[in-house]
Amino acid sequence: MGASGISRRGLFMAGAVTAAGTVAGTVAGAVETAGASAPPDPSGAAVEPFHGVHQAGVATTPQAYAVFVAFDLKPGTGLEPISRLMRLLTDDARRLAQGRGALADTEPELAVSPARLTVTFGFGPGLFEAAGVESPVRQLPAFETDKLQDRWSGGDLLAQICADDPLTVAHALRMLVKDARAFARVRWTQRGFRRAAHVQPDGSTQRNLMGQLDGTVNPTDLDRAVWLGQGPLRGGTTLVLRRIRMDLESWDELDRTGREFTIGRRLSDGAPLTGTAEHDEPDFGRLNRLGFPVISEYAHIRRARVDDPGARILRRPYNYDDGLARDGTPDSGLLFASYQADVDQQFVPVQRRLDQGDLLNAWVTAIGSAVFAIPPGCGPGGWIGETLLVDGTGEADQNRGHG
Amino acid sequence: MKIRTTLFAAAAVLLAGCGATTPATTPATTPAADPAPGASAQAAVPARALTITDPWVKAVEKGMTAAFGTLVNHTDSPITVTGAASPLSPRIELHEVVESDNKMIMQPKDGGFVVPARGSHELKPGGDHIMLMGVEEEVRPGAEIPFTLTVEGGATLEFTAVGKDFAGAKEDYQPGMDH
Repeated sequence: MGASGISRRGLFMAGAVTAAGTVAGTVAGAVETAGASAPPDPSGAAVEPFHGVHQAGVATTPQAYAVFVAFDLKPGTGLEPISRLMRLLTDDARRLAQGRGALADTEPELAVSPARLTVTFGFGPGLFEAAGVESPVRQLPAFETDKLQDRWSGGDLLAQICADDPLTVAHALRMLVKDARAFARVRWTQRGFRRAAHVQPDGSTQRNLMGQLDGTVNPTDLDRAVWLGQGPLRGGTTLVLRRIRMDLESWDELDRTGREFTIGRRLSDGAPLTGTAEHDEPDFGRLNRLGFPVISEYAHIRRARVDDPGARILRRPYNYDDGLARDGTPDSGLLFASYQADVDQQFVPVQRRLDQGDLLNAWVTAIGSAVFAIPPGCGPGGWIGETLLVDGTGEADQNRGHG
Repeated sequence: MKIRTTLFAAAAVLLAGCGATTPATTPATTPAADPAPGASAQAAVPARALTITDPWVKAVEKGMTAAFGTLVNHTDSPITVTGAASPLSPRIELHEVVESDNKMIMQPKDGGFVVPARGSHELKPGGDHIMLMGVEEEVRPGAEIPFTLTVEGGATLEFTAVGKDFAGAKEDYQPGMDH
């Protein structure tokens, strides 16, 4: 307690309340609804609520641009500095999402158009280890077809920054990196994009760089499939981020019939080969004239199929296109972001089936892989990770302050 | 992290005593009617004559650093901040940045910081700031550093500033003649 009778913690929280209050006019009523997107606002002023039971950026209608940045904590960075780091980053994310400059922002003008900015934080196994808290996540088991590179894999701390404006994304990234630098080193950054906002009707499935509609089948009941209802991660989820390289040069050699056979869907509208519209249920039992399944035993959608909607993963992919070799070969692919309540029960079985026999494997290869726990959201006085790091141990408030 | 704290009752008495049209203030012992959750301690200091928003202090290992924020005067009379204190340093001055020989230098500000009636006064890199010298304890990013400002008449404003990594605020220091 300070001489004023106000604890540091109380002050900090009161400050956050005040900060939120100053922009109440633009985010009124938003506190309880983070993640449940309002209808897209065509202006750069559109705000995605930062506060809520869940972090924004998971159930949020995907924005056009994303950067995923992973950090490695510096050696010796334990619970107390991690807590300081997350307070700083939460404050940055909160302000920027509201269209205000961060504290000590040297370019606050770049923050004035949030364009539905969301910053979603994830904790890798290494962060929990450093904090002395049992990790709810671990890295994936090995898969035969993976060709993982360290430069795209792992990481102690993730910030997923998404907005409908690339300058907004760049500024948020800059601000977060400046505040993380005392605690951590950048491990990797991965930039992705989808269709620009309002180029196609809301709710449209995005297309990947192979030309396919990508993300048709997603869970509808996120409380079952994505959000954890109990345990330390209650209100949170998990993220598996896979960097999937596409071999577009050899894909070019395949005609449309072959491409559609590989996936099991039509390229034009994403309808299953047994149906007429994108969201038709595939008929996996239907045979062609020769007695073979219309949707191949090894077609991507059959291998990826999960019958129980509550066990499906939430896919929120972004394309990447990071330049050309001198001969014109692109460095392209997909940042496959998969959210699920349980990695082992939901993601791993699907990935194992794909690994063991998916026609698409001839053209796609996972070259990066990382797993993060996505902590629950927080209120105006809280910070992301508080429940995991403080409530779980009761130690984070010790050794605080400037000492 | 916008932090708002208030002058102590003494300040309220002081300001009211100056004949300003300040609304009558509640004694400090009376709890505020509706304290914000998590900030019930604020109930003890209901007078809101002077507040500071977004206070922060530049992270530093040791030596010199500075604190910033926006002072807000909620009364109808100017308030002059005359001094600052913090456990971080025994030597804290109120500084301004001025041009001298074609370069920007900082120096103690004569008369302190005047916060206009119903107005605000920003403390920022390259401008007025709270200067800390001889800091011996590291100011870490995210640390919460207590400060006390003294206003003319002796009332005080207590607040906590958060440590932030900041590359700027490197103006040369021109000590006052009396130092």
